Amino acid sequence: MNAPLSQGSAMAEADTRAAKIGDVLLKVENVSLSFGGVKAIRDVSFDIRKGEVRAIIGPNGAGKTSMLNVINGFYHPQQGVITFKGERRSEMRPYVAASQGIARTFQNVALFKGMSTLDNIMTGRTLKMKRGLLSQALRIGPALNEELEHRLAVEKIIDFLEINHIRKTPVGKLPYGLQKRVELGRALATEPELLLLDEPMAGMNLEEKQDMSRFILTVNDAFGTTIALIEHDMGVVMDLSDRVVVLDYGQKIADGTPDVVQKDQKVIDAYLGVAH
Amino acid sequence: MASVLGPFLEILIGGLLSGVLYSLVALGFVLIYKASGVFNFAQGAMVLLAGLALVRPLDWMVDKGFPYWGAVVLALLFAGAVMAITAWIIERYILGPLLNQDGLTLFMSTIGAAFIIEGAGQMIFGSDVYPLKLYPTDAWFAFENIFPGGILINKLDVWGGLIAGILVAGLAAFFQYTKTGRALRAVADDHAAAQSVGIPINWIWFVVWLVAGLVALVAATVWGTKLGVQFSIVFLALKALPVLIIGGFTSVPGAIIGGLIVGAGEKLAEAYLGPVIGGGIEYWFAYVVALAVLMVRPQGLFGEKIIERI
Repeated sequence: MNAPLSQGSAMAEADTRAAKIGDVLLKVENVSLSFGGVKAIRDVSFDIRKGEVRAIIGPNGAGKTSMLNVINGFYHPQQGVITFKGERRSEMRPYVAASQGIARTFQNVALFKGMSTLDNIMTGRTLKMKRGLLSQALRIGPALNEELEHRLAVEKIIDFLEINHIRKTPVGKLPYGLQKRVELGRALATEPELLLLDEPMAGMNLEEKQDMSRFILTVNDAFGTTIALIEHDMGVVMDLSDRVVVLDYGQKIADGTPDVVQKDQKVIDAYLGVAH
Repeated sequence: MASVLGPFLEILIGGLLSGVLYSLVALGFVLIYKASGVFNFAQGAMVLLAGLALVRPLDWMVDKGFPYWGAVVLALLFAGAVMAITAWIIERYILGPLLNQDGLTLFMSTIGAAFIIEGAGQMIFGSDVYPLKLYPTDAWFAFENIFPGGILINKLDVWGGLIAGILVAGLAAFFQYTKTGRALRAVADDHAAAQSVGIPINWIWFVVWLVAGLVALVAATVWGTKLGVQFSIVFLALKALPVLIIGGFTSVPGAIIGGLIVGAGEKLAEAYLGPVIGGGIEYWFAYVVALAVLMVRPQGLFGEKIIERI
């Protein structure tokens, strides 16, 4: 991932990436969120463009996860507007977010622990399955075809994520790195337009991080899925993302390409600490 | 030989069949537990409510001169509607606002719901003992040619067994093969994750309380015929507890096997151990068996293995 590139090919890569990035998909305007007296997010605005990989970074407690929770509707901000696919809302609802094409993974892996890898990923197809309860229970006619069709989509994801060997294993038994992969699979099964990843590489070793980076880039490149990710590994953030927004104490302190953000004095101060 | 085997079989069959009746109550618990990870203290109260909502309109219609079986169908529909409304109220005003809270909080809320359901049910429908006659209750003597006097089997228990079998087959298919069943299991494991893939959690909870309410209604038809519809039906929930511990809180077949073990175990213990160590074993035997199971296999015989990573 960190292999040195010649100047020319790096430029060419930047050009093709710039070309595939489209209009604004999600816009967050002046969002503020507080829990009692604690202000988790203060007047934050930024946007996510179609096809880009957008990183949200910042020190611990900066409000990054709260921001994702606002976007997919777990938290309802006291102020601000969220515009997704042109529709303005003062808050999202989890069900609406999911049905409109927002999928996510969680910081502390939230899988259905008693269910197998296959079943976990199948739950991602919930919104796509339309057949009635009775015909599903009896496995007749169109319902059977539907189940097979969705099974096929899930099989593709399992192949892509290279988790064929654990398909029948209850996910509670899997090591952490694989659980994160299954969780990504479940999110992908919803065929999202916007994929929110909350620290997809936390607690992984170098090899696992490289695999995960590869999956994220492929999802972005091959399927055109827009990705917003929170990550602490700066090497990963700089490699993967097109633009970075930096939060500190709930406020936005920087926004721009990785190169620009990296050199920003406020960002350096936030990470290293300054004498006040 | 036949003189020993005959009574043994009679006790065993009677025990197994009455065990199935415990299973009917336990099933309601399993359903809610599978779908929300909550031990639903209100299940006994729901059986009482279903019974009252069935027997009172039935009596009223029969009194007004409706044909009996037509009145039964109408009363069943009415009681089903009452259970649906109850499910909706529980979801909307009790569980809905407690979304994403932990299991103990939800459990406490079901205790509150139990008292409200018991109180409201008796306030609306009355608090006497109301006899119900939906199934034949007479005895039936089988194998009279093999055993002297035959084996006495209660027809009501046979009906209970049949109904429980049909219910279990239906529920098992529902949980294993439908997307709603899969969604139910997902909601039980993790509320937030289930919402993130677009499972409509409020709808799922309504469905599950509705199904539990309908199972309570079925249980009420059988138990109401056996004991009459009365307040003590609520205490069936206490008999369902050892059934659940033995069978496992998460297993529909486990509720049935647990019921069979409790039913057969307590009747056999009463008949064969009773004379040796003093009678009255029937009342505590199930709890002792449950305790033994807890020590050896805390998740129950058929429960999902509890996986805990640290």
